[in-house]
Amino acid sequence: MLLTITTTHSPATDLGFLLHKHPDKLQSIELSHGHAHVFYPQAQEDRCTAAILLDIDAIGLVRNGGDRGSESFSLGQYVNDRPYVASSFMSVALSKAFSTAMNGKCANRPELVDVLMPFEVNISVVSAPKGGELLIRKLFEPLGYAVTVQGHTLDAQFSEWGQSKYFTVQLKATTKLKDLLSHLYVLIPVLDNEKHYWVSQHEVEKLLEKGQGWLGDHPEKEQITKRYLRNIAGLTRNALSRLVEGDDAPTNEENDEVDVEKEKLHTKRLKAVLGELMASGAKTVIDLGCGEGKLLKMLLKEKQFVRIVGTDVSHRTLEKAMQRINFYDLAPMQKERISLMQGALTYRDRRFDGFDAAAVVEVIEHLDLNRLKTFERVVFEFARPKTVVVTTPNREYNALFETLKAGDMRHTDHRFEWTRHEFEAWANGVCDRNRYEVQTKPLGDVVEGVGGPSQMAVFKLI
Amino acid sequence: MKNNELNIPELSLVALIGISGSGKSTFARKHFKDTEVVSSDRCRAMVSDDENNQAATGDAFDLLHFIASKRLKSGLLTVIDATNVQSESRASLTELARQFHCIPVAIVLDVPERICEDRNKKRSDRDFGSHVISQQRAQLKRSIRKLKDEGFRHIHVLRSVEEIESIEKIEREKLYNDKKEVTGPLDIIGDVHGCFIELFELLGTLGYVVRTEAEGNLRFEVTHPKGRRAVFVGDLVDRGPDSPGVLKLVMSMVKSGVAFCVPGNHDAKLLRYLNGKNVLVNHGLEKTVEQLSGESEQFKNELKDFLHGLVSHYVFDNGKLVVAHAGLREEMQGRGSGAVRSFCMYGETTGEIDEFGLPVRYNWALEYRGKAKVVYGHTPVPEAQWLNRTIDIDTGCVFGGKLTALRYPEEELVSVKAKAVYQIPARPIDFETQQNGLTHQHEHDDLLDIDDVTGKRIVTTRLRNSVTIKEENSIAALEVMSRFALNPKWLVYLPPTMSPSETSKAEGYLEHPAEAFNYFRSQGIEKVVCEEKHMGSRAVIVIGKDEETIRTRFGIDGEGLGVCYTRTGRNFFNDTALKKQFIASVHEALTQSGFWETLNTGWVCMDAELMPWSVKAQALLKDQYASVGTAAKIALDDVVSVLDETAKRNIEGMAHLLQRFSAKQEMVADYTKAYQHYCWPVTSADDLTLAPFHILATEGSVHVDKNHVWHMDTIKSICDADPGLFLMTNHRIVDVNNEVEVNDAVAWWTALTEQGGEGMVIKPYDFVAAGKKGLVQPAVKCRGREYLRIIYGPEYTASENLDRLRNRSLSGKRSLALREFALGVEGLERFVMKEPLRRVHECVFGVLALESEEVDPRL
Repeated sequence: MLLTITTTHSPATDLGFLLHKHPDKLQSIELSHGHAHVFYPQAQEDRCTAAILLDIDAIGLVRNGGDRGSESFSLGQYVNDRPYVASSFMSVALSKAFSTAMNGKCANRPELVDVLMPFEVNISVVSAPKGGELLIRKLFEPLGYAVTVQGHTLDAQFSEWGQSKYFTVQLKATTKLKDLLSHLYVLIPVLDNEKHYWVSQHEVEKLLEKGQGWLGDHPEKEQITKRYLRNIAGLTRNALSRLVEGDDAPTNEENDEVDVEKEKLHTKRLKAVLGELMASGAKTVIDLGCGEGKLLKMLLKEKQFVRIVGTDVSHRTLEKAMQRINFYDLAPMQKERISLMQGALTYRDRRFDGFDAAAVVEVIEHLDLNRLKTFERVVFEFARPKTVVVTTPNREYNALFETLKAGDMRHTDHRFEWTRHEFEAWANGVCDRNRYEVQTKPLGDVVEGVGGPSQMAVFKLI
Repeated sequence: MKNNELNIPELSLVALIGISGSGKSTFARKHFKDTEVVSSDRCRAMVSDDENNQAATGDAFDLLHFIASKRLKSGLLTVIDATNVQSESRASLTELARQFHCIPVAIVLDVPERICEDRNKKRSDRDFGSHVISQQRAQLKRSIRKLKDEGFRHIHVLRSVEEIESIEKIEREKLYNDKKEVTGPLDIIGDVHGCFIELFELLGTLGYVVRTEAEGNLRFEVTHPKGRRAVFVGDLVDRGPDSPGVLKLVMSMVKSGVAFCVPGNHDAKLLRYLNGKNVLVNHGLEKTVEQLSGESEQFKNELKDFLHGLVSHYVFDNGKLVVAHAGLREEMQGRGSGAVRSFCMYGETTGEIDEFGLPVRYNWALEYRGKAKVVYGHTPVPEAQWLNRTIDIDTGCVFGGKLTALRYPEEELVSVKAKAVYQIPARPIDFETQQNGLTHQHEHDDLLDIDDVTGKRIVTTRLRNSVTIKEENSIAALEVMSRFALNPKWLVYLPPTMSPSETSKAEGYLEHPAEAFNYFRSQGIEKVVCEEKHMGSRAVIVIGKDEETIRTRFGIDGEGLGVCYTRTGRNFFNDTALKKQFIASVHEALTQSGFWETLNTGWVCMDAELMPWSVKAQALLKDQYASVGTAAKIALDDVVSVLDETAKRNIEGMAHLLQRFSAKQEMVADYTKAYQHYCWPVTSADDLTLAPFHILATEGSVHVDKNHVWHMDTIKSICDADPGLFLMTNHRIVDVNNEVEVNDAVAWWTALTEQGGEGMVIKPYDFVAAGKKGLVQPAVKCRGREYLRIIYGPEYTASENLDRLRNRSLSGKRSLALREFALGVEGLERFVMKEPLRRVHECVFGVLALESEEVDPRL
C-alpha cells in the first residue's frame, strides 16, 4: 500500500529530479482501480523521502473488475487484501508514476541517472504467502540489498492462529535508482505470487526489459520467471466452487516428496492395472473414478478393448479427461470405442452393468468408511463385472515418507488408508458376500516388513 | 345398450374398419374428439403434403402408430381412422393395444360399394378406380368374421348407411377395475387359503358383524357399523381346512357389496377345474376338491359365476390405491389385457427354479416408482412391510403364520395368528426370526439409484407446486453429495437460503429493519416475529432418543445417536471425539427437558446456529478475514504516520489525504472488531454454543403448522435444561402496522447490532404464510451495519462505496429461498410420512443442487 524511497545522497533532493516529481507537491496518478499518490514526507538536503501511496477502490475491483477481475478468487471478494498490500498494483503504480526514472531518463539532470546513491526503501506491507521471510531475502540479497524483514501475527487476540503472510520490509543499498525501481517492479509481484491482471505474451517482454542486466545472473531467476508469469486465471467460477465451504478452500497441502514419489508410483500402478485388465481377456472395461483419464489413454492404445467407459463424480475432472484423450479429435472408429460419463459410486447405476472388467484405481480411500458398503453393492452386487481391479494406498508404507507425519494420510481427502491386512480382510469379505474370488498384490517396490507403497486386489467372479 | 348407442370401454384403441368412401371420417368427427382421431390420410398429408400420396403410406403409418402409442401410453382413448380392411394392418393395431394394455375395439362401417363409389366420385382428389373399391369390399367381407379371433374384444358392425346414421352416441364405459370413486375406509385382507376360523376372527377384530344362519345359499350376512368394506387379495381357497366356508363368507360379502375380491392363481385354477379343464389337482387343490364334494350343484354354479366374474385388480380412491393378488406394475394399473390379468395373478418370475423346485419370483416392487400404493399377497412373508409404496400382506396363515389385514387409509396392520400349521411350505418361511435386522424399505434404501437424482428434475412440492432442478445444478450436487455428504439416510432436510431485506436508502445503512417490515406489510402479513440472528454456522441436528430408534426409524445401524451437519449436508465436526461429546450433550438436554415425552417422539430434526463461527470457519477466518485485517492495520498505521509527518510540510491536498486514510484506519479497526466478536477458541464441546430456532420435525409431525412462538417456547425448555450449551434466542412479536412496536423493534435491532450482534431475522408469525402473491418469504434477514463489514469489506460504509453497493438485486435470491424452502419442507413431510428414502433424498438433493445456482453470495 505504501512504499517510500529515502536517500541520503548529497544533495538528497536530487531524488526529485530523478523521479521527475516535485518534492513540494502532491501528485495523483490514475490507476485502473483507484489512484496512486506521490508525495515527499521529507525533502531536506541531507535526507529526502519520496512516498508512493496506493488508494485502491476495493468495491470497484469487484463491481467493475474489468475484463477478468471477478474471476479470480481474491479479487472477487469485497473482503480483500489487495488495497492494503504492495502487489502488482504497486508495480503498475511505480511504472506509471516513475516511468522516466525507471527507463533511466532524466531530462534536466541526465548525469544523475548513472550515479550510485545510498537508498533505503520501506514497503508496507508485502504479501509473501509461499516463501515468507526466506524468499524475501533470497530475492533481494543477491542484488546487494541489506534486508530487514518484520513479520506480523495474524491476530493478537488469537495468538493460536499464528503468523500472517504479510511483512514490513526495509531494503538498503547503494545503487542506481533505475535499477532499484526495476528490482521492485519485478520482485514485488513475484513475492505476492498473484497478479491483478491477465498475464499475456506482452508480460514476457516486460520481464525481459525490466530484468535486463540483473535477472540473468540472479540465482533465483527460474523461480522469479515462473512466478512473475504466473497465470492466475484460476478456474472459472463454476457452479461447484460456490458450494465449496470456507474450510475447504482449495489448498495444496501435499508436500513435494510425496508428490514426486506419487507420480512415479502412479505410472507403475496404472501399468499393473492395465496388465491385469489385459490378462483377464476383457473386451469391455469401465474405469470407475477415471480421474483425468491416464488409464483411459492407456486402454485406448490396446486393441483388445472394444468398449471403454470412464466415469468420475467430478464433471470438471471429466472435462480434463476428455482433453487428455483428445476426445473431440479422435478418429470416428476410436471415438466409438470410448465414452465418458458422470457417475458416483454411492448410487446404483445401470450404466455400469454388462462390463467384462472394471478398474477402481485409488478411489475407495476417498469414500467415508461407512459408505464402502454402498460402493460394494454398486459394483459387486449389481454391476458384477467378471473382473474388478481395486487399488488403494498401503498405510504401512507411510512410515517411509520422511516428511509425512506419523498418523497423517497421503492426501487431505483420504478418509482412510489401509494396512495390507485390513485391505485383504475387506476384499475377502467382499468375496464372501458376492461370490467373487480375490488375489491381493503389492504395487511399487516392495520393502521388507512394510510391503509396497500401494496395493491391488484382483477380483474374479466365480 | 339402447338401439342408438354403442358402448365401448373408456380406455380403448378403436379401429374404424370400412372401405374408402364408407364415411369413417364423418363418423369419427361425429362421435369423437378431434384429438382422439388419428387418420391415415392426415398422416399421409403430414409427411408428404398429399393425403392421397400412396408412396407415402409407409411413413404415414409409422407416424400413425407413433402418435397412437404416445396417446395410449398416457391412457387416452384413440381412434384409428384408416380403411383397416386388411388383417395385417389390424394386427399391428391389436399389437399396439396389447403393448399398452388397452382394449382393442372394432367398429365396422359396412356400406354398399355403390354408395362409396358415388361418394368418391364427388371428390376430385379420389380418382382410384372401382376395382380398388371392389377389392377393399371383398377384404372387408372376409374380415368381419375374423375380428374376434384377431383379438378385438368389442366388435360393432354397422351394416347400412341408415344404421350408421342412427347412432347418436358412443357411450364410454368405465373399466371393471375402476373403483376410483371408492375412497374407503377399506380393510384389505391377505391370502386366506381356506382358513375360515382365522378369517372369521379377523373380521370380528376389524369390527365386522357377521350373522351366520342368514337366509339364502351362503348363509352369511356381514355388515360393518362404520361402513367399512373389505377387499380380498385373492387365493381364498386351497391348502386350508375349510375353503367352502371361506368362499361362502366372501361370496356373501361381495354379493351384498360389503367386500371386493380380486382373483388369485389358486382361485383361477379352481375355476378351470370346475369348468372341467384338465388341471393337475395338486398344491392344495386336492383339499378344496374334496371339501367341495359335499356341496350342492347350485352352490358350485354360483361359485363358478363368482370366480368367473372376478376382476383382475381394482384401482380405488381416485387412483391412490391398487389391490391385485400378486401386485401390479405402474404401467398396467387400471388397464385391461391378458398380460395385466396374468401379472395380477402370477406376478413375474425370473425363469429360474430355486433349490426347493419353485420358480424364482422377480420382485417387481424393488423397482416400483408409481404414485399409487399397491397392496398384494401371493408370496408368503413373515411380516407385512412397506417397500416403495407397496405391501405384501400374505403372512402365510395357512403355513402357520398369521392372517393379516391392512386398514386403509389408516395403514394399520391387524393380524390373527394361525390356529395351526395347515400345510408345510415347500420353501420354508422364517416366522420365528426376531426382526432385528432393518426393514425391507430401509435395506432397499441402503442403495439409492442414480436415475432418481441426475438430469433435469421436476420435484412436486406441497407448498409450491413443482420445483425444477436444472441438469447443470444436479451435476454439481452429485459431486458434493457423494464426496462430502453424510450417509443419505441421516439427511432428511437441508435448510433454505435466506434473503436480506430490501436495500436501505438510509444514510450510512445498507440494510435496515424498516424495509423488512415494509416487505411483510406489502404482503398483507400483520404479525411478525423478530429473532436475534446469531453469527455462527448453520447446523442441522438429527438425533434420536436411543440408537434403537435410529435403527428402526432411520434404518441406520452403528452410527451413533445422531448427527450435526452443515447446510450442504456434511458432518459439522471433523473431530469425532468433539462430535460425540456434542451429540451426547444435546441428547442429555433433550432427555432432561422431557422433550421425548412432551412431543411423543423418539427423534427430532432441529435447525440451529452453532457458535462460535471460528469452529467451522477457521480456515476462512485465518486466510481471509484476519489476513485482510492484519495487512490493512499494519499498512494503514504506517500510512497515517507518514501522512502525519508530511502534513507538517503544508503541501496542498495532504490534509485531505490524511483525513481520508485516517478514516480508512478507523473502518479497518471496526472491521477487525466485527469478526473478532464471533471467534473464540474451542477445545471441547463445553466451548460451543447452540442456538436452535426451529423444531422441524418429530415422529408423525412436521412442525411447520406451528407458529414461531411455539418453536421458541419449545426450544426454551431445552435451553433451560443446559444453559451452558444452549442459547435461547431473543425474540419479539411485532405488529407491522403498529408504529410503536415497529419503532421499538428498530431500536432493539440498533442496540443489538451496535453491540456487535449480527442482526435479526424477521419471520411471519406463522411458519408457512401466504401473501398476496402466494408463498411469503419464510424469513428475511436484516444485518447490522458493523457486521456487514465482513461481507462487503472494511470500507463499505464510505459513502462513495455505499452508493454503489446499494445497486443490488434481491429477486434471484428471493425466488431461490422460496424454492429451497418448499423443497426442504417437502423432504421432511415425505420422511414423516415414511416414504422411501429416494423420495426424501430427491428433495434434499434438490436443495443442494439449487444452492449451486448463481446468486450473489453476499446476499
